Amino acid sequence: MLPLMTSNSKAIWVDGISKTFRIPTQRVETLKERILNPFHRVGHVELHALRGVSFEVEKGEFFGIVGRNGSGKSTILKLLASIYRADGGRMFTSGTIAPFIELGVGFNPELTARENVILSGVMMGLTAREARRRFDGVIDFAELDEFTDLKLKNYSSGMQVRLAFSLLLESSAEILLIDEVFAVGDAAFQHKCGDALLRLRDQGRTIVFVSHDMNSVANYCRRAILLEHGELVTAGKADLVAQRYFELNLDPGAAAVERADPTGRRSTKPNPNGSSESPERGSPSVRFVEAWLEDEVGAPMTAIGAGNQLRFRAIVEATREVRLGPVAFAVNTPVGGHIFAVFVEPEERAGHPLGAGERVLLGADVDNLLAKGEYSLALFAAQPGARQKTVATRWDAASFEVTEGHPSGGLLMRPTAQVFRDVALTHEEL
Amino acid sequence: MDPREAGMSEIRGPSALGGGWIRFFRLTWLVSITDFKLGYVGTYLGYFWTLMRPLLLFGVLYTVFTKIFRFGGTIKDYPVLLLLNIMLFTFFADATSRSVASVVSQESLVRKMQFPRLVIPLSVVVTAALNMFLNLVAVFVFMLIYGIHPMWTWLLLPVLLAGLLVVTTSVSMLLAASFVRFRDVSIIWAVLATGLLYGTPVLYGIETVPPDLRAVVNANPLAPIFEQARVWIIDPSAPTPADAVGHSWQLLVPLGLTLGLAGFAAWFYNREAARIAEDL
Repeated sequence: MLPLMTSNSKAIWVDGISKTFRIPTQRVETLKERILNPFHRVGHVELHALRGVSFEVEKGEFFGIVGRNGSGKSTILKLLASIYRADGGRMFTSGTIAPFIELGVGFNPELTARENVILSGVMMGLTAREARRRFDGVIDFAELDEFTDLKLKNYSSGMQVRLAFSLLLESSAEILLIDEVFAVGDAAFQHKCGDALLRLRDQGRTIVFVSHDMNSVANYCRRAILLEHGELVTAGKADLVAQRYFELNLDPGAAAVERADPTGRRSTKPNPNGSSESPERGSPSVRFVEAWLEDEVGAPMTAIGAGNQLRFRAIVEATREVRLGPVAFAVNTPVGGHIFAVFVEPEERAGHPLGAGERVLLGADVDNLLAKGEYSLALFAAQPGARQKTVATRWDAASFEVTEGHPSGGLLMRPTAQVFRDVALTHEEL
Repeated sequence: MDPREAGMSEIRGPSALGGGWIRFFRLTWLVSITDFKLGYVGTYLGYFWTLMRPLLLFGVLYTVFTKIFRFGGTIKDYPVLLLLNIMLFTFFADATSRSVASVVSQESLVRKMQFPRLVIPLSVVVTAALNMFLNLVAVFVFMLIYGIHPMWTWLLLPVLLAGLLVVTTSVSMLLAASFVRFRDVSIIWAVLATGLLYGTPVLYGIETVPPDLRAVVNANPLAPIFEQARVWIIDPSAPTPADAVGHSWQLLVPLGLTLGLAGFAAWFYNREAARIAEDL
């Protein structure tokens, strides 16, 4: 048998991992009670950070873990990094793991950048000699050549994270666990960091990336998983998972349920197959039949010039007798970032429910302020009334292109602006 | 698929040594050296203070025990004995008292890195040991000036230091790990450490202790180390630990306590290591 021939392409293999934290409840005790029962056990609240999560990460993959605050994504990273011990399930790895839960953890403000690089290098598993050898590269990447012998406490926080991120790139580990460390420096440096991570991946390293920023998840990760309340909601292609994350965040009903239930267990489970329908109990009460953009004469179109009106149209069908609430037309960037939304209240029909199978046409005409580029339209239908729970969602209901317009450097056209320059000011005016 | 057949290894969670022996020793050494260097950042006299602190303590104690209580005069070569003992005990007291809060104060390393937990108290002990080595050089210079003749038994000093290191490390590990959950430990240890200063033959010789109390003093794992140091380093005619208690089998008590302490500390620290990040 040739054990080396077993072609294993997995970097991480997580099977039903669970983690429960016991949070001691703070109780006020009198001194007498404390003295009489010195070893009295303090009460605990159990916090289920993870409940039976399973996933696999391929070697050389850029893998995303997304979810809202408290969904358990950082806990997964800390379990993989051997910072916490799991309560249930098993985890396997086929390479050395280096966690970067926070940038600059081992930094000592009293030491110079040079000494810190060596100290952190050894913490990451390099020898002191190796760390010294790589020092120039680290400083070079961080663009800190003039400050190598300055004590770290005299660095700006931006300089510190830049140094820390450059160090991360020197890790010799095969698997890097990175938690929300992308907010490094200015936009140009962030871009440089992203490119550097992609180069690491191209060298065959595996990168597990936790983030709130769906743009970077969709841009860098190939696959991702979405967690909610310690459970795996969906797994798959990163852009689809990012969309699902938006959906979960936009669903005000989910947030309301979360607030009402302090144990953190949701009564409505999100639909795990990532379909476009909202996770309402049973089948959705309405569905979107069709959506399109049309021109002045009512012909469907997908490309539009600058300055024209965007005419959004959608047909909604009731699947059972239902009162229709507001419908939102939301314009998104291709990776799912919202630009704006227009709400349409079906006023005339208020109080008159739609019968099963009945369809209505809704529309909104909007001045086109979008800059040149590609956009996608998403639709949301909400319950009528104050709670406005989302009852139907359709991502990518239509896509369109804005074909002209001057580049403004952003998503919207620049509003007309009068610019002044070189106007000499007299002393009195100052 | 069984992941182990595919050559994958299981992730078992945090441990005292985590990440292999080589990284463990490298880290301990580097952190110790860094702490050693940083100990005097911002002071004008630097390392000088490491020496001056026990020397000043020596000055006070020497005055008290030779001019006020006067029993110091009855002990042969009392000044050098007192100086040696103070340097050794300062190591024990410094290392243990700094270990207490060491893990808690390095919270970010424990919670945000794959950091072998044992490195933290161990590096505190190593830093204190580096200070002690430098101080011992000064003690030997002082002894030669005082007129103690070099003896071959000086070469046995490492044996004693090894014993002292085992006791100090064990106590430091216990303190650091238990402080995470019981903050009372720091107060209790402040009192206990002072108690040990008087319960160990540091300021006095074992022959000063009434015979029926000697067995009690000698049950203290530190006591035989200090008694033997006196015999080997300063005065070969002083009572050995065995002489002091009468029967050499009674030395099994401090020896057993030392081994028991070390074993318990290793077990306890290893058990707590897995939970430190959560309990902090």
